[in-house]
Amino acid sequence: MAWYVDRAAQVFVFVGGISAIVFIAGIFVFITKEGLDFVLGPLSLGEFFTSIEWRPTSNNPTYGALALIVGTASVTGFAMLLSVPLSLGAALFIAEFATGKTRETLKILVEMLAAIPSVVWGFVGMSIMHPLIIRVFDVPLGLGVLNAGLILGLMAAPIMTTIAEDALKAVPDTYREAAEALGATRWEVIVKVVVPASRNGLLAAVLLGVGRGFGETMAVLMASGHAINLPTSVFDSVRALTATIAAELGDTVQGGNHWGSLFTLGILLFIVTFVINLTADIVVRGIRKK
Amino acid sequence: MFAATPLNRRSHRNQNVARAVFFLMTVALVIPVLIIVGTLVVRGGPALSWEFLFTAPRDNMTAGGILPALVGTIWLVVVALLASVPVGVAAALYLSEYAPDNLLTRTINLAIINLAGVPSIVHALFGVGAFVYFFRFGASILAASLTLAVMTLPVVIVATRESLQAVPQAFREACWNMGATRWQTIRKVVLPNSISGILTGVILEVSRTAGETAPIMFTGATAFVAFLPESVFDQTMAMSYHLYYIATQATDVPEQLTFGVALVLIAIVLAMNAVSIAFRVYLRGLKKW
Repeated sequence: MAWYVDRAAQVFVFVGGISAIVFIAGIFVFITKEGLDFVLGPLSLGEFFTSIEWRPTSNNPTYGALALIVGTASVTGFAMLLSVPLSLGAALFIAEFATGKTRETLKILVEMLAAIPSVVWGFVGMSIMHPLIIRVFDVPLGLGVLNAGLILGLMAAPIMTTIAEDALKAVPDTYREAAEALGATRWEVIVKVVVPASRNGLLAAVLLGVGRGFGETMAVLMASGHAINLPTSVFDSVRALTATIAAELGDTVQGGNHWGSLFTLGILLFIVTFVINLTADIVVRGIRKK
Repeated sequence: MFAATPLNRRSHRNQNVARAVFFLMTVALVIPVLIIVGTLVVRGGPALSWEFLFTAPRDNMTAGGILPALVGTIWLVVVALLASVPVGVAAALYLSEYAPDNLLTRTINLAIINLAGVPSIVHALFGVGAFVYFFRFGASILAASLTLAVMTLPVVIVATRESLQAVPQAFREACWNMGATRWQTIRKVVLPNSISGILTGVILEVSRTAGETAPIMFTGATAFVAFLPESVFDQTMAMSYHLYYIATQATDVPEQLTFGVALVLIAIVLAMNAVSIAFRVYLRGLKKW
């Protein structure tokens, strides 16, 4: 009897175990299924990647996603300029300098930062940052690359900080002690020993942060101004890939071309994040091998 | 002989400068949390009242409260948990107690990382394609909750796996030596010793689920329903979507009301997080091994 229960339990947890694979495959299958008619039909890759004319609802619809790609890239890029140095600095401080209560408090605050829902970030962008940017920089509109980038930078920071800190913690203490025994200061230990030894983990942290920024939806939708535009300054409004799907899917007919084009954007997002996560995983695996 | 040379002094100064710079960077990251929470409390606080929490919106969302959105969020979270906790715990049990180190296990781990990394709007597209249309659940609490469940599955798996692995191997070996099967060991020894850690993960998942907007926008959340949901096949209002809607779509909503909704949402999410963190700290103090 116990043996049968044991076998049944083993089957049950195995099914649970492979569920993650089933779901990730399911996501790919279902978004491809809905987007396939569009990809095989009206989609022209040349137009998709080189035209900025995203007019899926006009009588003569065009599906140029370049402005959306540039929009996502500019906001994510700006966010990373802010958040990569800050996150790595914070990770170094928490892992190498802070002790006891300070350390715990900072870690909890970083966790709180990660907990704030993206729609609240978007709301903060609209209601707090928007008037602030107008006042400080004396520009007509405060929704754009700057606003969305700042918000996104703060949103991507906790994941980078946490993973970077893990990577720094993974460097054995004996390395630090050996360097300190040779007379190195804490700073020299960091620069010459800890950072080189955890280089791959830090790189993975940055990659995952980029992935997070790239896929963020609500905050970017609300803070970026959502205008199709190739930005020339940080105050320009842009529109992101994710935000386009969120804003337009509700107005489409299931199975229509517009519907299919939005799922095609979804396929693009899926593939890019998949590649980013895969790369991060390979980079991390690289350290474990050594 | 041990007097500090100029070189010593310089490297010492470098260290202090580095410490100060990194500290300021950390502060720059965490200060916004305090500013945001503070601003929401100051500007949204006056909107809070029992009436705000326990009545429905009136006059095109420009007055009244948030009851249907609160109740809707509770429905979504509960149904999502019912779906994801059993699957997530099973997955963690497999990975921690059964899985050999082979290609399949590595693929599962990679799938978990990817599931956590896929943009929320792509999860929404999946939910629309799979649950709303393919399985014909329509736009409903069920479809929205299942979408949320798939999205937050990695949170449960990772938290559960960590607390399972924190149970010392010797406990299991002692149990096996008594002739217990693998499952008996899991049920009588491993799970009782890790249940509180699993619970911490579940609370964290509640906080994630309650705040998500994109995955429910097209799968079951709606801007306004006059009645409270009665079954999982109803559409529902939700706190997160309600905030999005009154902040961007509705017109003439008093500012105080919008800030009030944001404040309640962030209070729910941060309270859940605080419970989870407090629980973790408390457990660490209790650890017997």
